[in-house]
Amino acid sequence: MPGGMSGLGDMDELYEAIILDHYRSPRNTAAVDEPDIDLEVNNPFCGDEFHIQLKIENDAVSAIGITGRGCAISQASASLLAELVEGKSSTEVQAAVDAVRRLLKGEEITDEETDILGDIEALGGVRKFPVRIKCALLSWVGLGDALKEHLDG
Amino acid sequence: MSDSTLTAGSRVFDIDAIRADFPILQRKINDQTLVYLDTAATSQKPKQVIEALTNYYEQTNANVHRGVHTLSIEATDGYELARTKVAKFINAVRPEEVIWTRNTSESLNLVAATWAEANVGEGDNIVITAMEHHSNIVPWQHLAEKKNAELRYLAADEDGLLDISELDSIVDSRTKIVAATHMSNVLGSINPIAELANRAHAVGAVILVDAAQSVPHMPVDVQALDADFLCFSAHKMLGPTGIGVLWGRYELLEVMPPYMFGGDMILEVTYENATWNDLPYKFEAGTPNIADAIATGAAVDYLTELGMDNVWQHEQELTAYAMEQILSLDSVKVLGPQDSALRGGVISFIHGTIHPHDLGTALDQQGIAIRTGHHCAMPLVRSFDVVAAARASFYIYNTKSEIDALVNGISETERYFSRCPVA
Ligand SMILES: Cc1ncc(COP(=O)(O)O)c(C=O)c1O
Repeated sequence: MPGGMSGLGDMDELYEAIILDHYRSPRNTAAVDEPDIDLEVNNPFCGDEFHIQLKIENDAVSAIGITGRGCAISQASASLLAELVEGKSSTEVQAAVDAVRRLLKGEEITDEETDILGDIEALGGVRKFPVRIKCALLSWVGLGDALKEHLDG
Repeated sequence: MSDSTLTAGSRVFDIDAIRADFPILQRKINDQTLVYLDTAATSQKPKQVIEALTNYYEQTNANVHRGVHTLSIEATDGYELARTKVAKFINAVRPEEVIWTRNTSESLNLVAATWAEANVGEGDNIVITAMEHHSNIVPWQHLAEKKNAELRYLAADEDGLLDISELDSIVDSRTKIVAATHMSNVLGSINPIAELANRAHAVGAVILVDAAQSVPHMPVDVQALDADFLCFSAHKMLGPTGIGVLWGRYELLEVMPPYMFGGDMILEVTYENATWNDLPYKFEAGTPNIADAIATGAAVDYLTELGMDNVWQHEQELTAYAMEQILSLDSVKVLGPQDSALRGGVISFIHGTIHPHDLGTALDQQGIAIRTGHHCAMPLVRSFDVVAAARASFYIYNTKSEIDALVNGISETERYFSRCPVA
């Protein structure tokens, strides 16, 4: 039995160790002072909601804070996002958001993108659980849109 | 034609025999036998209902009310017999009071768009409760805005029971309609409809009952409730999707303007104008959902044979057992009345650490189907300071051992999420 746990079937494909780790101890949960981007994302259907704050200096994310509530997948995904974007330029963040979208939709990602995503590839397990894809995407899509708006002025 | 002289409770309530009527209960989900605990969303269908559909399409299919040929006559008879069965099931005074719609939502919209459109004016008010399904909130919000009328809410107390202490001030001389759910699809609470009806009538208002969660599960008598309108969906009571019922008092329906316009709903059409057909056809424009109406008749037969008192009693036993078992888990909080005698077979709960979606996925891996999310009652769910809940709901085919499976499944999920992750 793949799950190792009786009767829990494919659970481990969705809840990889790295996901459970980020879910239990989310990173970057402190509020950001004078954020340049300050947004609430929510998915009323699931009841997931997150507050994302970013400070951008010299076109790089100098600080990020994410707090909120949601399922293990949406929380781990938000925490992974925070870990990834810190220190990245806005172009790099946009590229990562794009790669995550494609990863979760089951599309091809390049070797280079695989390197950028690192641990985040663990989120790919949701592809077997289509109704959970939006949980994993929530913070990424929100951030991608907010960043675009921020850059477009 | 199946016989309409069924006597209530003529069949023994034998759970094994009942389960054998539901082909889907044989299905494996993720290699486990299905445990279906989501009837409040939609019920499963017995073979008698499925066969009513295939029989109709294989033996009878024709349009109704418009032919002299044998098939058309049979289809019309079947369609009208099903209406009569529904009327009897809810103790309507006459079958013409039963209007076929698509579902509860359409029935509610019909009343809002016709009766309320004609009777609610500026400064009037509409009273609903804090525990309504979105389908019994949004049409009234829309109407109130359009008419400059006020939408008022009867609150729920901490236990999830309707608070009627202020009924007399909330329902006042400007109230035109009181629209309340008979049983909450989230809390399981059963509302005191007769009392609401009494107050509504005292101020000259009408009372509408959202019976989507009551008609399938308990004996409902529209005359005893003193209701004016009552809405429900066939798909939650063993019947097919795509068909529902609006029952209304004849005198009210008769003076209401039509909802949709077209064939069948008219008596006579000239190039200049038309006159409306008699009830119930005035509200049934176009070719109706003949097959599903007939299958709804089969669903009503099935429930009638079992006897609604027996259905209710079975669910009460399951609910009492489930409340006891679920509450024995320290980590779980149940929304709504804690006393199982005050609720129907719907139990929404919140786990202390596991989000409903994670729980739903983990239970599904164990073959157990529950509902997770806001249950189409966002304001209510939010009033418990949560954004989502898990819900198990029961019906005639559920057993105590399925409730044990649920409780074990929750414990198993707790163990899963508290295990040491091995990288
Ligand atoms: C209390 C209540 N009202 C209305 C509805 C809407 O029913 P339908 O989706 O069949 O229109 C439901 C179904 O979820 C319900 O539980």
